[in-house]
Amino acid sequence: MTKTGLTLGPVLFNWSPDRLRDFYARIADEADVDRVHLGEVVCGKRQPFTDGLWPELIERLQSAGKEVVLSTLALPYNPRERASVVDFCKVGELAEINDLTALPSVAGKPFLVGPFVNVYNEGAARFLAGRGATGICLPVELPIASVAIIAGALPDVEFELFAFGRLPLALSGRCYHARLHGLHKDGCQFVCDRDPDGLSVDTLDGQQFLAINGIQTLSNGVEAFCPTPEKLAELGVRRLRLSPHTVDMVAVSRVYRALLDGKASRGETLAALKGLNLPGELVDGFTRGQPGSARVEMA
Amino acid sequence: MSLELVCPAGTPSALRAAVEAGAHSVYCGFRDETNARNFPGLNFSPDEMIEGVRFAHAHGAKVLVAINTFAKAGAMDAWKAALANAEKAGADAVILADLAVLDHAATHHPNLRLHLSVQAAAATPEAIAFYADTFGVKRVVMPRVLSVEEIAKLNAAIDVETEAFVFGGLCPMTEGRCSLSSYATGKSPNLTGVCSPPEHVAYSEDRNGTATRLNGFTIDRFGAGEQAGYPTLCKGRFVAGGKTSYLFEDPVSLNAASLIAAFAKAGITALKIEGRQRGKGYVTEVVRTFRAAVDAIDAGGTEVEVGRLLAGLVEGGRQTSGAYKKTWR
Repeated sequence: MTKTGLTLGPVLFNWSPDRLRDFYARIADEADVDRVHLGEVVCGKRQPFTDGLWPELIERLQSAGKEVVLSTLALPYNPRERASVVDFCKVGELAEINDLTALPSVAGKPFLVGPFVNVYNEGAARFLAGRGATGICLPVELPIASVAIIAGALPDVEFELFAFGRLPLALSGRCYHARLHGLHKDGCQFVCDRDPDGLSVDTLDGQQFLAINGIQTLSNGVEAFCPTPEKLAELGVRRLRLSPHTVDMVAVSRVYRALLDGKASRGETLAALKGLNLPGELVDGFTRGQPGSARVEMA
Repeated sequence: MSLELVCPAGTPSALRAAVEAGAHSVYCGFRDETNARNFPGLNFSPDEMIEGVRFAHAHGAKVLVAINTFAKAGAMDAWKAALANAEKAGADAVILADLAVLDHAATHHPNLRLHLSVQAAAATPEAIAFYADTFGVKRVVMPRVLSVEEIAKLNAAIDVETEAFVFGGLCPMTEGRCSLSSYATGKSPNLTGVCSPPEHVAYSEDRNGTATRLNGFTIDRFGAGEQAGYPTLCKGRFVAGGKTSYLFEDPVSLNAASLIAAFAKAGITALKIEGRQRGKGYVTEVVRTFRAAVDAIDAGGTEVEVGRLLAGLVEGGRQTSGAYKKTWR
């Protein structure tokens, strides 16, 4: 059995260049992941702050032996954002497309498909594979039964599941951080940088529910999909994705590596995750045919 | 060129009402998970679709069939059947979102005119050109992200038609990119054609009034004597950063009637009215009013005249022009 890959997904939150530099330096040196995604995926307005940072981080991560993937914006619409998608695909590293706007830019070369692209069936996966997709991270809400069918139909494509982190649930033209602070998106003052894991959204009865991150809405709960290696093989899934949070991601990567290598049980893995300073309760409903908010059952 | 008015028909009787009220086109779906308004008591059987198209064509109107959900893995037969049944009924176009369904339609139904659903969220010239070049898509329904000015620029950069929502329900989230409903209930527009599904809704009263809940999550609370609204997830009141607010969107609906002339100038081909869940009385009133407004603009009418025609619709529930004005963002 080939070793299951472990990916560190793109940082979804508005982290400062200094924070990103420190974060990726430690990832490069210590994290037990073989692939790292760079790039601003959520908000084009944040891009000018980080654009200059990526070349040095690409080099830093590659020299530490990590495969680097550049993730493109999930909802580009203005000319600058569209240009950023084209530019990212041109750099030469493997690109992950998160909107079909990027398809012409990856024509004729291999690329990855991110969880923001709607791949709900084997027909859509086959279509993208025919265009050069070598790996697909499936949408978070996709039922696990569908995962097995899609992966089974396309054995040559490396399928990946979102395994750890607040679930990316929705994108909007509207910025909710700006709206909450009485601002508009055009004059947002980048207030989303105050919430490096997203801002929790509770119900009027105090239930933890969602989280906002600029134009993005995430789950409040932290996905913790902790399958046995046998289960993953049965599904045909060859890679898991860890989504960065302020929690110790090196620790998270080691916990998952041990799980995937059969060195830690599901129970041990969940207990280790619970011991970290997570922004929400552990959930895994989507991977059990339940609403995504269903809490992890420890037993 | 005149703006085409595309009107909702959740049932055969709503279809007839819309056509009689002056719809240039109606859109409707089959009674299953292939369309994004998969609610009980709505939609068409294959035979009803044949009859609906016959009726519409006899009155000079077109029928656009929405097959705009994402096909279920390993179970594409329902989507294939919907395409075949739409063609058999003589539909003027099908409205699609899924790559697999588009691919199947382009390969096996080359005579069907393809429109790209709002669920596909194609907001750039690159994405739209991809759908046009690859599948022969002829029209794209605009995602609710773009302002009127941006749509005008987009129209200048593409060579397919565009259609924009003008009235009715409004998703603040980019449609086709939202899993909020499945996070709370397990069912969502992309998976099953429903959002905030009624079987998960509960209204519970206590001494403080009524709480509306979606699978146990409180979406809003109403005081005694207040009318409790339907708990659509993104139109609820939540607490974030110590503030209680309608964080995502107020309980409003879309009304971009004041922008009809701007839409025409922006090069939009068709205006779409949301509301396949609405009864025929509502459909008749809204369609008749919008048809009069579109005709008035066509005849060179002023915004004041058009405003007067639409005044009746502006009363009642609260409304917004949504993303069409940049300040909404």
